[in-house]
Amino acid sequence: MAGASSPSLVTHGLTRRFGRFVAVDHLDLTVEGTKVVGFLGPNGAGKTTALKMLTDLIFPTAGEAFLNGVSVQRDRKRALAGVGTLIETPEIYPSLTPREALEMAGRLRGLEADYVRERTRVVLEEVKMSEWIDRKTGRFSKGMKQRIHIAAALLSDPNILLLDEPSTGLDPRGMAEVREIVRGLKRSGRLVFMSSHILSEVVDVCDEVALIDRGKLLFYDTLANVSARLAGGATEVTAVFLKPLSDDELLSHLTGVPDLVSWSRAGPDRVTLRIQGGTEAQSRILETLVARRTGLWSFRESRSALEEVYLREITQGEQ
Amino acid sequence: MSGSAVADARPVAGAAPPTTRTTPPSWKQAIILARFQLRDYLRAFRFSLMMGIVGAIGVIITILLVHFRPAVLHSASAFYGSFWTGGVVFVMVVAVIIYGGDAIAGEFQNRTGYFLLGLPVRRAAVYAGKFLASFAACVVAVLFYLAILVADASYFLGGGAVSDPGQLVASLGLALLYLLAVLGTAFLFSSLFKQSLFGVLVVLFMFLIGWNILTSVVTSLFQTEPWFVISYAAPVIGYPLTGTPQHLVRFGALVSYSPTLGEGIAIMLGYFVVTSLLGLLLFEREEFT
Repeated sequence: MAGASSPSLVTHGLTRRFGRFVAVDHLDLTVEGTKVVGFLGPNGAGKTTALKMLTDLIFPTAGEAFLNGVSVQRDRKRALAGVGTLIETPEIYPSLTPREALEMAGRLRGLEADYVRERTRVVLEEVKMSEWIDRKTGRFSKGMKQRIHIAAALLSDPNILLLDEPSTGLDPRGMAEVREIVRGLKRSGRLVFMSSHILSEVVDVCDEVALIDRGKLLFYDTLANVSARLAGGATEVTAVFLKPLSDDELLSHLTGVPDLVSWSRAGPDRVTLRIQGGTEAQSRILETLVARRTGLWSFRESRSALEEVYLREITQGEQ
Repeated sequence: MSGSAVADARPVAGAAPPTTRTTPPSWKQAIILARFQLRDYLRAFRFSLMMGIVGAIGVIITILLVHFRPAVLHSASAFYGSFWTGGVVFVMVVAVIIYGGDAIAGEFQNRTGYFLLGLPVRRAAVYAGKFLASFAACVVAVLFYLAILVADASYFLGGGAVSDPGQLVASLGLALLYLLAVLGTAFLFSSLFKQSLFGVLVVLFMFLIGWNILTSVVTSLFQTEPWFVISYAAPVIGYPLTGTPQHLVRFGALVSYSPTLGEGIAIMLGYFVVTSLLGLLLFEREEFT
């Protein structure tokens, strides 16, 4: 991976105006470490504009962006050296094949020919485009091109990935596959900064979320904290059991469980748990429920929390 | 889909680990880009179009030669002086319209710029790489046209088809210098737009009509030497073959200027340098909004 130090993405007062319209308004963001951060916001919130400034495709009216500690505006070449990007839906020269397009990208990055050849095979396999490796890209569908670009972004094994709505334009299967790829990246020690306006996608793959609306950053926090914020400091988790449980059975299963603030039935076979103490508390509760042989088979954070926070913050912004 | 291959993302056995890489210098990146861009150019329909046009010009010349067998074309100098100078300028203009008009504008319209500029490259490297690729593609057209003429000359003049290769090489060198100037200007025009069509139309208009109108206006109305017009330098391409004509010729009230060899070279170099720098400056400031 590029650079041994922890990946970082920092913006200082990043601002972009188009005439009187402020697309991005003094964006101050510091993201460090290996994680997947969802850059969330409604259409026109300023997500793509911010990502384009992060890759020097457009220039800030004020402020500066840093990738791995290098200013994008002052030295784009060095700043992007350890970064894979997918901004909007780019195109490849239509007469080139995926093999050639990736070879070009790899050589421009300074990768050795042998490494590029092997890595091309691996990343194209990962995005399920191996059988198209020697076909001209000009005839590819939008979804196929998107996969090639994801492969190109991964080619150099970057430590930062900037993805602008990577599942846009893909069919449901393609969207699921892209999410699976991003989940895989999370496990590989990278910082993935991914814009999206799809809440379920962010919840599905991201550790942290930065919410932007009308160019302003509304908050940047972990998903667990976002859920906790909604629940007044507690996290809501939905537990699902193998078979419907009576109230007595539930009571016996849940009495004395550490960190459990309260619970309420969400269906015959499921219960909503309010937990104090974040992910470690969740882990303790999960272990307890498994040890009590409750027949628990699903234990997930209540995913509606982000949606509610999102709607609340966006609505407040509009008022 | 399994995320394992990406999740592992380890250097492939036997290959250089990615941590040892350094981004190549910009000049090297320009050459890498040019190589792949040229590959794309040579496979695309536009290459067939360009070669078809040049081939058609060659066929017309051959038919005219076979049919009329003009007696004035008794020497290699006379032959190339007639068909090379004017013909190669037209061939270069056609090639530049095809490969220069949309070179930069196309990066915006076709969105290929989003791919290239997502990589750790300076915009200057992208500009230079595309210029090199376009230049190489245009040189292919020039050499193809020259090959047709040499073949025709061999048929028409027999063993004296290339009596003085030095003259022809010198003329070819001047033609390529003119090509640099024309292509540089086309890249400048292309940098002004984000729509390929506008870039192509402006280049087409300027090089087929615009410069000639400007030259006529400047010369006839203001009786001034049009040293600042790029097409004014074109005739010097033939000077190694035909000799340098008189600088100023008067036909009553009308005047006609011919550039000196030095003037012509200065105009070509000037256009190449100035338009390339201006085009690059525009591209550096252009945004992918």
